[in-house]
Amino acid sequence: MAARVLVGVKRVIDYAVKIRVKPDNTGVVTDGVKHSMNPFCEIAVEEAVRLKENKLVKEVVAVSCGPQQVQETIRTALAMGADRGIHVEVSGKDYDSLGPLQVSKILAALAKKEEASLIILGKQAIDDDCNQTGQMTAALLDWPQGTFASEVAIEGDKLKVIREIDGGLETIKINLPAVVTADLRLNTPRYATLPNIMKAKKKKIANVKPAELGVDLTSRLEVLRVDEPPQRQAGVKSKRSSVHTSTGDLFMEVVPTSDSTPAVIPSAQLLLQAF
Amino acid sequence: MAFTRTLGKVGRQLYRPWASCQAPLRPTSSRTIAVEQSASAGTGFPPLQTFTEEETMMRDAVRKYAQERVAPLVSKMDENSSMADEVIKSLFEQGLMGIEISTEYGGTGSSFFSCMLVVEELAKVDASVAVMCDIQNTLINTLMSNLGTEEQKAKYLPRFATDMIGSFCLSEAGSGSDAFSMKTRAEKQKDYYIINGSKMWITSAEHAGVFLVLANADVSAGYRGITCFIVDRDTEGLEIGKKENKLGLRASSTCAVNFDNVKVHEKNILGKVGQGYKYAIGMLNGGRIGIAAQMLGLAQGCFDHAVPYTRQRMQFGKRIFDFQGLQHQIAYVATQLEAARLLTYNAARLKEAGRPFVKEASMAKYFAAEVATLTTSKCIEWMGGVGFTKDYPVEKYYRDCKIGTIYEGTSNIQLSTVAKLLDQEYNS
Repeated sequence: MAARVLVGVKRVIDYAVKIRVKPDNTGVVTDGVKHSMNPFCEIAVEEAVRLKENKLVKEVVAVSCGPQQVQETIRTALAMGADRGIHVEVSGKDYDSLGPLQVSKILAALAKKEEASLIILGKQAIDDDCNQTGQMTAALLDWPQGTFASEVAIEGDKLKVIREIDGGLETIKINLPAVVTADLRLNTPRYATLPNIMKAKKKKIANVKPAELGVDLTSRLEVLRVDEPPQRQAGVKSKRSSVHTSTGDLFMEVVPTSDSTPAVIPSAQLLLQAF
Repeated sequence: MAFTRTLGKVGRQLYRPWASCQAPLRPTSSRTIAVEQSASAGTGFPPLQTFTEEETMMRDAVRKYAQERVAPLVSKMDENSSMADEVIKSLFEQGLMGIEISTEYGGTGSSFFSCMLVVEELAKVDASVAVMCDIQNTLINTLMSNLGTEEQKAKYLPRFATDMIGSFCLSEAGSGSDAFSMKTRAEKQKDYYIINGSKMWITSAEHAGVFLVLANADVSAGYRGITCFIVDRDTEGLEIGKKENKLGLRASSTCAVNFDNVKVHEKNILGKVGQGYKYAIGMLNGGRIGIAAQMLGLAQGCFDHAVPYTRQRMQFGKRIFDFQGLQHQIAYVATQLEAARLLTYNAARLKEAGRPFVKEASMAKYFAAEVATLTTSKCIEWMGGVGFTKDYPVEKYYRDCKIGTIYEGTSNIQLSTVAKLLDQEYNS
């Protein structure tokens, strides 16, 4: 039985907010912008709490790396049912350059320190879309990984994970301890009820510095410039040449655009079928 | 110490040193002190729109819940004039029906201000759902918590927090604002009371499991005979009348409740015999702030629907928002909304601080209801033809707002209350 689960939660700009690039192109505007827990992290927390409710794990510990504000995110995890939190204090320039490599080193160190036997993370964060932290953490710990999980089941000292892959679903069995990253359909996260929010106030959040964990936060990446995506140009339809499938269905149309490079427009019908 | 708790009263004290209408300060709850300690570290006097972390988390949780689980059902509930069972159930599940009930009775154990934020957020989505939550918290739970015997509290509070709605029966066909002229009587017979009469305009009567009924136990004593009785729904002789077909707040059931020789044991009296009038007034003072919060949320929700439309709708080559005429109207309404918000928040903070708040509560309720009427009316205009159709939500806000000037003390009653208190203020 996995005794302790570590769940990583990231504080990101809320998914509903319209992102704006800073005038100096060094990043996006974060001041005064609504932040919340990364949606995939919510799914991860929900899965961990469900495992605890099914008595398959004993304790759920929520971890977040960042400045003072990430405590709100940890509190939300506590309100959803996590038992305690760990706030890894990272701020200023270190926080701006914090990426999957640094976070996975932190998580690996914490997993060893807390003697966790399962780490559940969101598959990716909606701000950087890196999709790397889970994989790197597993590699650093030399643990097996079950990424893009749409179903997780503990079977003795093994973990059965059903993964969403391009071709469909893949079922794997991995040894514990392991790292799992949550995909969209793993579960539907619960709402933090008001009584649970009140209970969360009494749960402890420990403060830890990366140096105490022996983690070096130096980034190997340097952000040179951040730009908005180019404004979408309208297409121009004049003469059309089209390609049909063997059954006669429209497959794609080749349409000249304003700068006279033809754009290939796949048939919407077939696009829908592909998904 | 007194000054750090004033939050806006400081100005008044400086300008009117001769008027001293403030009751001796009672100890505040530890929550309000905590806010000021953390806030005064920075600014000294926190702005009214400063919330504790707990209040912020509550508000955000309810906002999300309301948007995702209530919003999709609003239109249907309004059309069918009926509250979805699923909404009632989830209100209880989320802990929204027992916000101030202490955890020992299974409640949420939070504060009055958190309750106001919850009502406001719910009202942004549906005022009917907000009123169900508001009445349960500010009227029913308050009465039971403040007046109930240990036995009554142990019996009812856990149910109010988890699965049972309560209704408050004061008004009758012949007595609305003139509440104390009520005709419902309670005749004492040994250790029972026999209640006869008819109550009207009772909110949530369709779903309530228990009724807190104000009836006169001693008609010769006039209003000093009015007593509050706890009457379970299944008591013989209690009959729920037909549901009113209303202009607005349609999802909230409003029915007549008839009492035909309803036998109630004297241990079901809430508080003391003949003190009912006092309890009703006392509790309605707080309930007033709840209605202010409801009207505030309603107005804000309507505003939030209309303004984005004005920023997208193009006429004469520009957004209709860009026309100065419209900008001035929108800015005016936004200012009124902000004023209503500050009145409401201030009244709530005053109540929490144990300071006199009756005048401020009346002002808040009166003003918020007026602002809601103004806002919703204007929002329909700004949205033009589409605002007038049921495909868009603003017309519902317009219909819902009207009751704000009527229930829990009409606007005229509120103004009379304010005037009476002003009269007293200038007395000394």
